[in-house]
Amino acid sequence: MNTASPKHAKNAEAFLRDEENTDWHNETLWFVRSKRDRAAQSLPEWEELREQASQIKAHALSKLDDYLIQLEENARKNGIIVHWAANADEHNQIVLDIMRKHKATKIVKSKSMLTEECHLNPFLIKQGIEVIDTDLGERIIQLRNEPPSHIVMPAIHLKKKHIGDLFHLHLGTDAGADDPQYLTEAARIHLRQKFLLADLAITGVNFAIAETGGFVVCTNEGNADLGAHLAKVHIACMGIEKVIPKAEHLGVFLRLLARSATGQAVTTYSSHFRKPAPGQEMHLVLVDNGRTRQLASPDFRNSLKCIRCGACMNTCPVYRRSGGHSYHTAVAGPIGSILAPNIDMKEYADLPFASTLCGSCTNVCPVKIDIHQQLYKWRQVLGEAGVVEPAKKVGMSGMDVLFSRPWLYRFAGRAGRWLMQTFPTLANKASLNPWAIHRDMPKPPEQSFRDWYAQQNKKTNG
Amino acid sequence: MNVGLFIPCYVDQFYPNVGIATLRLLESLDVKVIFPMEQTCCGQPMANSGFQRLSAGCDKNFIQNFADCDVVVGPSGSCVLHLKEHLHSSEQPEEAARLRGNVYELCEFLTDVLKVDALPKARFPHRVGLHTSCHGQRGLGLSSMSELVAPKFSKPEHLLRLVDGLDLVPLTHPDECCGFGGTFCVFEEALSSKMGKDRVNDHLRHGAEVITGGDMSCLMQLEGVLRRQKSSVRVMHIAEILTSGN
Repeated sequence: MNTASPKHAKNAEAFLRDEENTDWHNETLWFVRSKRDRAAQSLPEWEELREQASQIKAHALSKLDDYLIQLEENARKNGIIVHWAANADEHNQIVLDIMRKHKATKIVKSKSMLTEECHLNPFLIKQGIEVIDTDLGERIIQLRNEPPSHIVMPAIHLKKKHIGDLFHLHLGTDAGADDPQYLTEAARIHLRQKFLLADLAITGVNFAIAETGGFVVCTNEGNADLGAHLAKVHIACMGIEKVIPKAEHLGVFLRLLARSATGQAVTTYSSHFRKPAPGQEMHLVLVDNGRTRQLASPDFRNSLKCIRCGACMNTCPVYRRSGGHSYHTAVAGPIGSILAPNIDMKEYADLPFASTLCGSCTNVCPVKIDIHQQLYKWRQVLGEAGVVEPAKKVGMSGMDVLFSRPWLYRFAGRAGRWLMQTFPTLANKASLNPWAIHRDMPKPPEQSFRDWYAQQNKKTNG
Repeated sequence: MNVGLFIPCYVDQFYPNVGIATLRLLESLDVKVIFPMEQTCCGQPMANSGFQRLSAGCDKNFIQNFADCDVVVGPSGSCVLHLKEHLHSSEQPEEAARLRGNVYELCEFLTDVLKVDALPKARFPHRVGLHTSCHGQRGLGLSSMSELVAPKFSKPEHLLRLVDGLDLVPLTHPDECCGFGGTFCVFEEALSSKMGKDRVNDHLRHGAEVITGGDMSCLMQLEGVLRRQKSSVRVMHIAEILTSGN
């Protein structure tokens, strides 16, 4: 049978084995969620902003083809070279071709989840190219040979001690040193050399503006700017859903993005790129990689509004206690669990189930994506497609039989309660009942409500 | 008004006292209630597991049972939300739509329809922690949500404040999920247990003697953790507290 293994549950269980670390992870992300709350509460117009952002995105998606063509035309007029990639392979090949053309061997890259999604780093490294992620968190996990665990705070799963040990190994810092100031300084010196020697810079794109043909990159470290300004060639890679109609819309998104992501009023650097500097070359790669398929689906179209703030991860009680890596995909957490099955339904069939559908993600989303409702819809699609665990399928068919037949339900209820009363240890045996590994079953009552009700009626009427 | 009492399957089987309290509470407020005997389950377990199509039998049974009722009231935000959003029938689409629009969670019915603002007999002199269930809060809008910039309110809290002697304890995370999540509690056992434990600890830290709420499923999850810890703290459905002095 073509079914997915419940990887998330297994990964989460492994993460939870170190409970102290889980608590620390949970509290760290909750701290960010609390900062986001304070930032949101400080703007009386917050909900209005969310509504505006949602509508601008919905409109942009409804005319995505028009706005993309407009973006391409205007970008070309500005002297930007525009490329189209249908999928991850095409995207990677376009980047490689540009590198070959310029005989470039060293790249600095500022954080881009799209290049993570396309697995650009391993592809380029295989071609003998040095790729250096320049965002501090990204560089840390790159040195550890790990994917990011969060889209905004990629190394949030690591404590400063881990980073001290890592930098001692790779950057020659003192053994045991874990002072953030000292470690950041070491990273800065290390990265500065890489910036100076790079042939080419890659950045992501937060917003591309159809009206102007320009684009905006938001970072807190200025690494995108430094990379793009020092290198001869700048390649900006974006998913096609990042286009917005007009420059005047930027204010809405820039106000929401940083507040939702980290609780800041605005990101430290919101850099606007419009045309290449004299003597430089600027490329814009527009990538589909499943996005038009998502766009064609009314149930999941809304997920393309995502501006990658990570607020849904910070608030998610599941993400906070299972860590980003448990999601085994580039974009973790609630939004990632909607996006990933669109790329590979079987591989990521477990992710829409890695949620209690509590709905907090939907509430924090600055562009009002109905995240938990889309997770529910994905479950139906996956159930139909037959890619959920066999145990679940069998159990649900059994429930259908049971609950469609009141007499059978009554009988099974009575039998079940009798069984639990007669063999209480059986019901609480962890090997038979996963519930009982960490929790006790309720005490079964003598009588169901229905039996009590029937008895009362008999008393009254009899 | 012909009010049908909807008692979710797990309440029927494991927590009959919650059903009894709900019935008595409604009757004490002069509501004439009938309990259709052939009702079973709302169908949510199947739907949330990706098998909404397998809940057609449940839907049909539900519609048959409650066809004579003007409104349906049930002591579970989660089951009521499922009915409100997903009760469906290809044979009786109009009847399904009518019921979807007329099914109420207990607290919602008390505050919005009956407009209860006094419970003269209710007395419960204990420190009580209110577990705000996600489906009731975010799905049915029973209380304000910590994520939104909006005025604060809570229908269950409004009712609990009418109870003499009851001391409602504050919580650090007033609306964090308990981790039950239907079949999530089994398929993501480790995570679900940890979420339950954290939820319980918030109540314990603030000195709750009793944890209450509008959903027995969440409370069953919390009770499971408390019993394993051999804690003396109990869980009680809000209906049991609201009828406590009767």
